[in-house]
Formats: sequence, structure tokens, C-alpha cells
Amino acid sequence: MAAPQEALTAAEVVLTGKDGASINAYEVRPAGDGPFAGVLVIHHLPGWDSGTKEITRHFAAHGYNAICPNLYARQGLDVDPDDAAAATREAGGVPDSQFVDDATVAVEALRALPTSNGKVGVIGYCSGGRHAFLTALSVPVDAAVDCYGAFVTGTVPEGFPLKAQPLVGRTGELRCPLLGLFGNDDQFPNPEHVDELEAALKDAGKPYEFHRYDGAGHAFFSVERPAYRPEAAVDGWQRIFDFFGTNLEA
Amino acid sequence: MCSYLTVPTDIAGSAKGAQGWFPVTSAQVYFDHPFHAPFDHTLNIDFADPARGPGARVAVELSADSARRLVASITEALAAAGAAAS
Repeated sequence: MAAPQEALTAAEVVLTGKDGASINAYEVRPAGDGPFAGVLVIHHLPGWDSGTKEITRHFAAHGYNAICPNLYARQGLDVDPDDAAAATREAGGVPDSQFVDDATVAVEALRALPTSNGKVGVIGYCSGGRHAFLTALSVPVDAAVDCYGAFVTGTVPEGFPLKAQPLVGRTGELRCPLLGLFGNDDQFPNPEHVDELEAALKDAGKPYEFHRYDGAGHAFFSVERPAYRPEAAVDGWQRIFDFFGTNLEA
Repeated sequence: MCSYLTVPTDIAGSAKGAQGWFPVTSAQVYFDHPFHAPFDHTLNIDFADPARGPGARVAVELSADSARRLVASITEALAAAGAAAS
């Protein structure tokens, strides 16, 4: 395989949600005719931020069509992402049904690109890790990466205002191979939560690959935070590209 | 971790944001990942008037230690004001 040239085109596009809402999305495409696999990037709870857009560009630089929809777009397309995140939080978060519809639209947009090879993977971080798992349950994708997603398993503590509920009971519905990347010092999900998910995947006979990192906690991919752990992140990125390379070839 | 937990309270007063002064009616208080501050987690406060839309917000993201000092400062200032602050 030739080294990627890393030339790319980035733009904001507007998708139409299943409910008719306008959803802005950050779409980044490699230069060239392709064909390229697609990657749906799911942002974390703080919103459609610059760090997640950088990750989206990173996939395009490695030869993937990548798109990151603004899950908080219903607060307004011209609202600052941090303000939209705060308002969405106050409203109790994004309902799972709305997320699934938005993910479906974004996956369809990736497959409709003229350079698409027809394959699409999904990746999410933090709350987006749970969303990536939910996508793999609900949307026709070919590979999914859960980066330390909380509340796929475990119990949501009483008093939590967001509508998130554990998804592990639906593991049998998983449509594609799953890559899970976790820090052993994380509290949500902690190693027991990851054990619970791994047991459910084994019971359901679903293909998965987990990597658990010592000395790393939550958000170890976040280069702008003290949680960043270069050894875990560098290895994790390699695992991601190996996994997508295997599962998203046409 | 994402704590998700938000502690809201009604407030009365004003705040100055990107569009100038506006009345604020609610404060959302939570300890979670910041949007901007260079910490893993911060004590975040959104002073807002939801009726004016998502942009009617003044946000602060404080380290846990500085948030505790701020609580003490507020309490001390109110105590010093005595009856006038009751």
C-alpha cells in the first residue's frame, strides 16, 4: 500500500435528519478518486469541538472519508458548539432514538459520496463510545470502535439527569466486529464494566477485540488534557487503523 | 469519567456575555470535562437565561481547588455584608 499523501478537503455540510431537522456535519475527504471507506466520528459529551474535528481530519489523512455530525445541531446551526453542549445538557441530553436517526443519516451520506467503497465504520470517544456501540446495534455499519464508552454496561447512578441507559442487554443485536480500547484506571467504564461487556460478547458469539492499557484512565487519546497517555494513544491509533483496514476493505 | 450529573439552581441577576449584559435566571453546576480549560475535569458553571437561547450563557470552568476557594470567598463576602446580604 502506498503511503497516504495526506492531502484532504474539509467542509461543513448540512444533512437532513429523519425528523426534517438540519444537522451540520464536519466532512473531510482525502484527495484522489478512491475508492475510500467511510468513518463516522461521534463526538463526546462536551460537544462538536475542535479536538473531535481534528480526529476527523486524522482519518481523512489516512485515506478515509470521514464525517462528524453535530449531535447538538437542534440548538441551532449558528450556535457555538460549547453553548449547544451546555443547552443540550440542561435539556437532559440527546435521546438514543434521535441519535440513531442522526447516525443513520450520516452513514447514508458517507455511502453516497462518489468516492465511497460502500464500507463504513464508526468510532466514538467517552459518551461517543457508547454511541458507537449503539450505532453498531442499530445501523448497518461494517466495524465499530468503542473508546472508553461509559454505560454500555454497569448501572447508571440514581439522579443522573441524562437519558442514557446500559446497552449490554442488546449485545446479541451487534451487526459488526467491535474494537474496544480502555484504560485500566478508568472509573466509567472501570475494568469490571469492561469484563461485563466482554462476557456478553463471548456469550453472544460476536467478534470483538479489546485492548486494555495500564497506567491510562479515561480520555487517554485527548492530546490537550492531562489524561493523555502517549503509549496507550499511539498503540490505540495503530489498533484502530489495523482494525478498520481489515474490516473496511471493499 | 463523564459525571453527567448536573446540579441546577434558579438565580436572579445579570451577567455580561458576548452580546453584552443580559438577565440570568438559572445556573447549571457540574463537575465534568471542560471545553477549554487544560484539566481533565473542572467545576463548570453556566450562568444562563434559557429563554433567550443557547447563546445567552456565561460559562466558567474552574479547577476543583479554585472552585472551593471561590465558594469560600463568596461565603466570606456575604458574611461580611451581614444583614444587607440577607
